[in-house]
Amino acid sequence: MPTQATPQAEPDRVTITLTVNGKPRSLALEPWTTLLDLLREELGLTGTKKGCDHGQCGACTVLLDGRRVNSCLALAVMQDGASVTTIEGLAAADGTLHPMQTAFIEQDAFQCGYCTPGQICSAIALLEEDHAQNPDEIRELMSGNICRCGAYPNIVAAIEQVMASGGEPAP
Amino acid sequence: MTDIRYLAPRTLDEAVGAFAAARGAARILAGGTDLLVQMRAGAVRPGLIVDIKRIAEMTSIEETADGGFRIGAAVSGAVLGEHPRFGQVWPGVLEAVNLIGSTQVQGRASPGGNLCNASPAGDSVPAMIAADAVVTVQGPDGRRQMPVAAVPAGPGRTNLAPGEILVSFTLPPRPRGAGDAYLRMIPRTEMDIAVVGCGVNLTLRDGTCTAARVGLGAVAPTVLLVGEAGKALVGSRLDAAAIEAAAAACRAACRPIDDKRGTIAYRTRIAGVLLKRTVGIAADRAGRA
Ligand SMILES: Cc1cc2nc3c(=O)[nH]c(=O)nc-3n(C[C@H](O)[C@H](O)[C@H](O)COP(=O)(O)OP(=O)(O)OC[C@H]3O[C@@H](n4cnc5c(N)ncnc54)[C@H](O)[C@@H]3O)c2cc1C
Ligand code: FES
Ligand code: FES
Repeated sequence: MPTQATPQAEPDRVTITLTVNGKPRSLALEPWTTLLDLLREELGLTGTKKGCDHGQCGACTVLLDGRRVNSCLALAVMQDGASVTTIEGLAAADGTLHPMQTAFIEQDAFQCGYCTPGQICSAIALLEEDHAQNPDEIRELMSGNICRCGAYPNIVAAIEQVMASGGEPAP
Repeated sequence: MTDIRYLAPRTLDEAVGAFAAARGAARILAGGTDLLVQMRAGAVRPGLIVDIKRIAEMTSIEETADGGFRIGAAVSGAVLGEHPRFGQVWPGVLEAVNLIGSTQVQGRASPGGNLCNASPAGDSVPAMIAADAVVTVQGPDGRRQMPVAAVPAGPGRTNLAPGEILVSFTLPPRPRGAGDAYLRMIPRTEMDIAVVGCGVNLTLRDGTCTAARVGLGAVAPTVLLVGEAGKALVGSRLDAAAIEAAAAACRAACRPIDDKRGTIAYRTRIAGVLLKRTVGIAADRAGRA
């Protein structure tokens, strides 16, 4: 019986490197895998949610090289060499929550919680972008994140709380 | 979405070679904010995806020696918005590009994708037409240039030849006293498709309009350059009669559809209203006293 050959990349797979929440990983992917499906189905990071899968709801928002994107509209193979931060990667190593996570809890900025990981990632990028100075601008620039439970006033309050405390840059 | 090959070439020649060799089975991928949605809906099933974002020329913004701009077709709206000078020189083009989707969509969506997707309602297109932007395309037979208005052929179709890729937009240098603006009418303020979109670019000298171009979106199968509207403004001091004549030219150019977003009568009427408002903003930016 022939000995097992060294594993070969399947022909329809593309190998990329991706840093996920600070850890570099080498991944062999089918080209049509979205970043969202990679995170949830292959890496088990189910904190990032799939709402519409069409770029419309923002539930799948992650930070890609510090910028917020809809992971459902990004093919994973497009991100070779990039760094992704998901909701799982926001807390410090000792478990201390990111100030935006703390503010969401303190302001009760969710009901069912389905939109929350996307809201929090989006809000962190919003502060980095530094374009929002008041509640109206926060609402406008968070319009890519829909909350079916209608927790909007508390979401805006949570973001204002972090803004008022001087914020904390995204990791 | 299975059996798709993916290529991310580093040079335009490689991209054109692979795209042309696939003979229509391939799709260009810029930000993917239209393409991925269409693939997911089963509307397109490419055998090969050619990602153009690794090609330097397609993702760079350059201010040319004469004061114009060259924007790579795959530059994202977010990156264009961060350019230190572009938004000062072309605020109307930038506001049009930045109306595309949410901030998350902006991180990816490109003006090249907006134009090549060939939606009659693409927001950046009327502003680019008003700006008199020219695109450079490259295909198996080399490079050529064409005005932005010549790119769309109808909803979802372009006049690019098989194997041709849109490389960049070139915007001309700005004379003193020039201003541009873009406005769209949508039922909500965010995340929807234009019922009508209007781009205006004009130049004022001592209060008299010396040049004007008007682009109109979502009122015909392709985005329109409304030459008569520009003509009605040139030579005037942007008085009410001249602006009404330009608005009438816009209404006359409309060949819209009836749909859930607006009826033919509504869209036609709005085209005139938007023209007036957009001219007002462009004139203020041009330094109207
Ligand atoms: C939630 C959401 C909201 C949106 N809101 C708006 C809106 O308000 N206004 C609006 O106008 N659009 C909107 N869009 C549509 C879309 O985001 C824009 O049309 C965007 O500009 C497309 O750019 P892209 O780089 O993502 O294109 P892609 O999806 O990468 O490409 C679009 C098409 O053009 C082709 N293509 C791309 N680049 C080239 C090139 N260089 N040469 C040849 N062909 C090319 C592709 O093959 C594809 O067919 C929205 C989309 C989403 C998901
Ligand atoms: S799941 Fe990506 S935006 Fe809705
Ligand atoms: S908390 Fe339920 S969708 Fe936002």
